[in-house]
Amino acid sequence: MLRRTIIAAAAATITAFVAGQAMAGAKLDAIKSRGEILCGVSTGLAGFSIADSQGKWTGIDVDVCRAVAAALFGDANKVKFVPLSAQQRFTALQSGEVDVLSRNTTWTQQRDTALGLNFTGVTYYDGQGFMVATKLGVKSAKELNGATVCVQPGTTTELNLADWARSNKVDIKPVVIEKLEEIEQAFFSGRCDAYTTDASGLAATRASKAPKPDDYMLLPEIISKEPLGPAVSHGDDQWADLIRWTFNALVEAEEYGITAAKVDEMKKSDNPGIKRLLGVTPGLGKNLGVSEEWAANAIKAVGNYGEMYERNVGKASPLKLDRGLNALWSKGGIMYSPPVR
Amino acid sequence: MDGIQPPSSTPPRAAPWNDPVIRGYAFQIVVFGGVIALGWWLVANTLENMARQNIASGFGFIVQESGFDIGDTLIDYSPADSYGHAIWVGILNTLRVALIGIVLATLLGTLIGIGRLSTNWLLAKICGWYVEIIRNIPLLLQLFIWYKLITLYSPGPRQAASIGNVFISNRGVQFPVPKADPSHMWMGIALLLGIVLSFFVARWAKARQAATGQQFHTVWASIGLILGLPLLVFVGSGFPLVWDVPELKGFNFAGGVVLLPEFFALLIGLTVYTAAFIAEIVRAGILAVNRGQSEAAAALGLRPNTAMRLVILPQALRVIIPPMTSQYLNITKNSSLAIAIGYPDIVAVLNTTMNQTGQAIEGTALIMACYLTVSLSISLFMNWYNKKIALVER
Repeated sequence: MLRRTIIAAAAATITAFVAGQAMAGAKLDAIKSRGEILCGVSTGLAGFSIADSQGKWTGIDVDVCRAVAAALFGDANKVKFVPLSAQQRFTALQSGEVDVLSRNTTWTQQRDTALGLNFTGVTYYDGQGFMVATKLGVKSAKELNGATVCVQPGTTTELNLADWARSNKVDIKPVVIEKLEEIEQAFFSGRCDAYTTDASGLAATRASKAPKPDDYMLLPEIISKEPLGPAVSHGDDQWADLIRWTFNALVEAEEYGITAAKVDEMKKSDNPGIKRLLGVTPGLGKNLGVSEEWAANAIKAVGNYGEMYERNVGKASPLKLDRGLNALWSKGGIMYSPPVR
Repeated sequence: MDGIQPPSSTPPRAAPWNDPVIRGYAFQIVVFGGVIALGWWLVANTLENMARQNIASGFGFIVQESGFDIGDTLIDYSPADSYGHAIWVGILNTLRVALIGIVLATLLGTLIGIGRLSTNWLLAKICGWYVEIIRNIPLLLQLFIWYKLITLYSPGPRQAASIGNVFISNRGVQFPVPKADPSHMWMGIALLLGIVLSFFVARWAKARQAATGQQFHTVWASIGLILGLPLLVFVGSGFPLVWDVPELKGFNFAGGVVLLPEFFALLIGLTVYTAAFIAEIVRAGILAVNRGQSEAAAALGLRPNTAMRLVILPQALRVIIPPMTSQYLNITKNSSLAIAIGYPDIVAVLNTTMNQTGQAIEGTALIMACYLTVSLSISLFMNWYNKKIALVER
């Protein structure tokens, strides 16, 4: 009797292992049956992903995940946010701990290939800058020779800083601390002369963490291209499509002037493009394997790209960042969606 | 089955499945096979998943250019060097903080351990409180406190406090060092020669004392040899001493050698924390020596410090050494908390490497291999020392 139980248990265990391997295939189906998206975000970067005292997340990266949840489930709240440090983020995605990484992550060739990620597009065009104390009297990053610079490890920022220092023959001493809060504290306590990260991140830190924001200034140089966007694992193609086109729909919505408040009104439009986007003319939803209301739901949940931008990092936020590169292509920026058709 | 069977000369052979020897082997083979199968399954599954996601694997990245800078290095390093070189920098940083930490923690711990046994009430209480407070606060918290204290309460480089040519600021402690000179290599050789010679002098002195009872001033002779020989070379090559003095240039000091706040915070944190444990080990070791031993030593006319050195300590060490080994290993392993306060140890460097290359499994394997090597080396040394001082039964 005992022997039979042991054999049965062993067989069950082996089946479970094999089943576990076979299941990993269709990501989108797995998410549908789970009924919730696991979205990897930062541990707290104002404007991109930050939780308030009630645990409610806000920011562009957060809104991207909400929009995808709205497109997939018709409910923007079916997202679980998983805060990840810069170090943890790729392992978390590779191991399937999160479905998508929406965490101010720069799209690079190395990450797109060797790390086994697929980036689904650019949600924010950024560039790396420097912040210094105003009393230091520095006007340009080139004057930073001999300076100590605070930087987070495991980021493109760390590599750009080394590249930039080498090519400009500037001697820089890095202080590298993993936790964002700790590195900011080190900078504000005077351990470093300068703090470097993406310009948007500097603005966020200056606005929300500096003891007195006016005591600190951003230097004019932008030393790198930092296209930030969501990423998924290699092999999750259908899932990647859904994220890619949900975001594109938000950009397209801004072009058409569809706002969150006007979605239902715009469904009556005669414009064939708007009719296709909002599912009045069916087809696009079927291509993605979701309801035809996908784009309408996403726009209702977070607004179009312009609304999302202004609310999180633009004029309606403490960051007060200009649209700059992130303006629509038709308005002097480079934000551009391939045709949603 | 009636009546008693006559005793047979050999017990009846049991069936193979009831034979304890065969059973023992069978179970061991099953368990061993199970462990191998589990290991094989883990590796195969990981490789398959990585291949499915097209994640790069292998150790080829070691020779690639690292591209990131390291703030605190013992050897020359630039972002143009390879990952392998960066990892070596990290290993040296770990060894530096661990070895200095071991020496300092042993000194501080021994003082506090003896202090707690002192007949001076105040001293004993202070040492007792030290142990109880320090060992009950998590090390990570203590590291944060030390780091914040150092960075928040030390002046900026332009207002640096100076003691002679030593400057203390939130950029670290900057002190002058002699500029490199060819004669320094010969001084190093003279130093080594001095150490080797004093070793032989000590052996000779011991043999002579055993044979004739005559004592020899071994300590003074050794100091003379170890310090005197390099000094002779120094004088002989015409005082080749030029100081490299730190100077404020722009943002920071240039010249001399700097010890960074991150290093200090980690070193102080590790030393203070581990010293609390070592103090208890030392106290236990001394208390373990029978009181009769010191009384007997006194009765033989040995002075207290001689009695301590020749009678009490050799016996206490037998109790002290094994747990001390664990504390030395703890210092080494706890130094991996360095990443929290930005000291570039092996974990910090390999974390960055893993992130840039995406090869988390290889990176973690390297970290484990490094700590295993260092820890086993310390263990081997301490076991050898333990055997050397162990009670030899005659």
